[in-house]
Amino acid sequence: MNWTPNIFGRSRIYNDLSEEMLLHIEEKTEQLMSEGMSREEAERSARLAFGNRTVMEERSREVWQWPTLESIWGDVRLASRQLRKSPGFTIAAVCTLALAIGANAVVFGIMDGLVLRPLNVPQAESLYGTQYGDNPTWRSYPNFLDLRDRNRSFEELASFNFALGVAVDTGKDAVIANGFAATGNYFDVLRVHPYIGRFFHASDEHGPDSAPFVVLAYGYWHSRFQDDRSIVGGTVLLNKHPYTIIGVAPPGFQGTLMFVNPDFFMPIVNQDQLGSGYPTGRRDTAEIFEVFGHLKPGVTPAQAMADVDSVGTYLEKTYPKEIAHRSTILDREGLTSFTNGAHAFVAGLMLLAGLILLAACANLGSLFAARAADRSREVALRLALGSSRKRILRQLLTEAVLISLAGGTLGVLGSVVLLRRLSVWQPIAGAPIHLPVTPDAKLYWFALVLALASGFLFGIVPVRQVLRANPYEIVKAGSGARIGRRVTVRDVLLVVQIAICAVLVTSSMVAVRGLVRSLHSNFGFEPSNTMLSSVNLATAGYSGDQVPAMQRRMIDAMKTIHGVEAAGLVNGYPPLVYGAGTKESVFKEDAGDLKAANAAIMPYRYDISPGYFDAAGTSLLAGRSLSWHDDKNAPAVAVINREFAEKIFGSVTNAVGRNYKLQDGTRVQVVGVVENGKYQVLTENQEPAMFLSFLRSPLSWAYFVVRSKRDPQEIAAAMRAKIREVDTGLPADAQSWTSLLDTVLFPARVATMALGVLGMMGAVLSITGIFGMAAYSVSKRMRELGIRTALGAQRKEILQAALGRPLKLLAFGSAAGLLLGIFATKVLAFIVYQATPRDPLVLSGVVLAMLILGLIATWIPARRALSVNPLILLREE
Amino acid sequence: MPMTQNSARDLFPGALEMMVLESLRRQPAHGYALVQHIQQRSNNLLQVEEGSLYPALQRLLKAKLVKAEWGVSSTNRRVRTYEITGAGLRHLEQEISSFERMFEGISLVLAPGKATTR
Repeated sequence: MNWTPNIFGRSRIYNDLSEEMLLHIEEKTEQLMSEGMSREEAERSARLAFGNRTVMEERSREVWQWPTLESIWGDVRLASRQLRKSPGFTIAAVCTLALAIGANAVVFGIMDGLVLRPLNVPQAESLYGTQYGDNPTWRSYPNFLDLRDRNRSFEELASFNFALGVAVDTGKDAVIANGFAATGNYFDVLRVHPYIGRFFHASDEHGPDSAPFVVLAYGYWHSRFQDDRSIVGGTVLLNKHPYTIIGVAPPGFQGTLMFVNPDFFMPIVNQDQLGSGYPTGRRDTAEIFEVFGHLKPGVTPAQAMADVDSVGTYLEKTYPKEIAHRSTILDREGLTSFTNGAHAFVAGLMLLAGLILLAACANLGSLFAARAADRSREVALRLALGSSRKRILRQLLTEAVLISLAGGTLGVLGSVVLLRRLSVWQPIAGAPIHLPVTPDAKLYWFALVLALASGFLFGIVPVRQVLRANPYEIVKAGSGARIGRRVTVRDVLLVVQIAICAVLVTSSMVAVRGLVRSLHSNFGFEPSNTMLSSVNLATAGYSGDQVPAMQRRMIDAMKTIHGVEAAGLVNGYPPLVYGAGTKESVFKEDAGDLKAANAAIMPYRYDISPGYFDAAGTSLLAGRSLSWHDDKNAPAVAVINREFAEKIFGSVTNAVGRNYKLQDGTRVQVVGVVENGKYQVLTENQEPAMFLSFLRSPLSWAYFVVRSKRDPQEIAAAMRAKIREVDTGLPADAQSWTSLLDTVLFPARVATMALGVLGMMGAVLSITGIFGMAAYSVSKRMRELGIRTALGAQRKEILQAALGRPLKLLAFGSAAGLLLGIFATKVLAFIVYQATPRDPLVLSGVVLAMLILGLIATWIPARRALSVNPLILLREE
Repeated sequence: MPMTQNSARDLFPGALEMMVLESLRRQPAHGYALVQHIQQRSNNLLQVEEGSLYPALQRLLKAKLVKAEWGVSSTNRRVRTYEITGAGLRHLEQEISSFERMFEGISLVLAPGKATTR
């Protein structure tokens, strides 16, 4: 049916109708008058014969309307009028929901970005990869080649690694950038096509350093080269080596890790040239970050895993010295070994956000129930006048949905702002890490569904109340007639809500406490007063024997800075920086067959200079530290940590002077033992570690470690100046070790922050909940309280009468929440180091917090109850 | 006062529309005249609440079974005159025949002995 003219021509139709009816009554009146009635009489009978004109008009109009839609619209208008009449209630309800739905939308946005959305490449659903950490089966280039050629599950396998801290020199200036070193088939496996120019292919690789090509990421091309198309085909210097820019990747493509945006892509066969320290010919290195490819049609991930493992077993047999095979985990490409952690974290957040929404619904449900009770007279009147219960319920539900939609809209607006900021946020300065969150239609649908669902959820709370309402009783007795002595829905809701809030408060306290503790725990070094500076000599073209000599000169130069107590270096990353660490198999001295499976332990390996321990603040437990004489020509020596000593040699004192073997057969003598520490992440179990002399295995890239009590800013400036003094072409920066710990503390920080925010929201919700309940019960019982006061009740008794119930519910809910919270925080221990709920401080903190919340929330109602003036009150009734 | 409401309720759905269409088939009329006509023709047996005519007229208008036009009556009153359309005529015929069948069925059930077929 054509409805457009209906909408627009309707007012004319209605006007015609009204006029017609009036004329009808007029005609009838005149007719009756002509039959001899008086005007008054005639008018009266005409109206009577006509029937109820309003009803008739309404029914006539209905003909032109979509009946349900328009009566809903009528409900909406009535509801918004009702809500405008009580702005306090409306604002409180909308804000509560906005907070709760906003929190859910933000968490959903993060979940969507991290978990639901696949990598932005074609057919991402069949793209599977190994998880980082399968050390070292797949992590050397020759092993990768074997896996690529021997597996039967993947259409084609590619892999990549990081090319971090590379000096990109356009001829005008050299700027540090971070990229991926990828196998030649990387882009072909991913099925992406260049934005301009071309990509490198497998056919470009002809052994080490054979493919000096670089592909720019779109963002880097935009920011560094200002979208200049003419640079394709030109040359840049990467760490002083000439590379041809062959193409630019498409805008949406940001490599194969969701939270890392590389600046450029270069062939993996060339990475050794840039000083990565990973010659592609060795089988025992751990250079490759991930291996990935599309599964062949019909192959399940489980079958692929079994296939990959069988290749691993084959390799282990063939190269027993280099490989100790461990079973491989395959997963969707994009989140690597963070998959489980990210999923758990996001699931946890989603759960907590859901709890917040539930608490908000409980809160609003009880508010609505109270409102319905206050309006029971109105409802009764409407029932008595013939309104159907269905109609009244629909009215109440409309109000609820209206509020939930308003709250949802506000919440989504807030969450979009927050998500936009999150997506441009760089959590760790200097690292190309970002959160891939962009709000999209899915988010809006989610919020809409959530808003409607919660609207119905709290809207149906008063349903029973309305259905059971007996209009006769209520109109007769007045609204304050029944004061609930039994347990009402509202009581249950309040307890549920307080319990949820207590869970949130408990979790956030546990998280905060865990974070504080992990900041003050023993790392095995003292990050405070220690500065780190990452210098890659390859960026200035140093190589071979020049490297250690130059590094020694730089250490000596650092020592001359005023106020510096000690200086040293460590090859690659120091402990707890960017969560990186290298492990290596070691063998007992008498081990004959040095195959990887026979390894005694797998300690972290650090190649350090003399002075490192002093600079790092690591204390020596026995023996001596390394010296400048422990070089290539001297016998190999090592300092080990306590864990290593106890595991292999029984005790610290036993270890000094004893020997062990490295994979390559080198016999190493233990000359000293240092304290235990943390090496990769804070939550790790105690791991063994060994410290060898950097002089025996030089690497152009090292972190200089400098200890000083002077202001970090001053020292950093002095260090930069010294480095430039030694070689003006060296890009270098200096940061305190504490600030670099941010990376390892990042998960804990984020968890704590998220929990803190949710905990605060929980607290606010419980305050409003208890406040609402207490205020309502006081206002309902004003008359009773007045009579009690008049009869001589003491203040204490009044308070007990007015607030006993809310407080009892509060205590009950808090206890339940605390117990639940203790269970919940067991999950937290995976993210936050040393998060334990069995901490008296946390327990008493939660109890105190809930008490304070209760006090704040009942303060105003209590004041009102005490200020009852029986005279005024009784006169009013 | 006669309980007009009862008789109005007793009309089955569509009955009023049918009567309106039949009246209009004879000659176009405005609302008041229609009411008068129906009441007279039914010997005042059908005491329709006068106003209830209007929802019925609106339904007919919407279904394009009648059309309406403002004009001036013979008594010099401003009136809105309704006229049956072609579609209205066809609809009326269908309605009458289906009503007759129904009426026949009801009569047979109520008075099984007498065959009241025409």
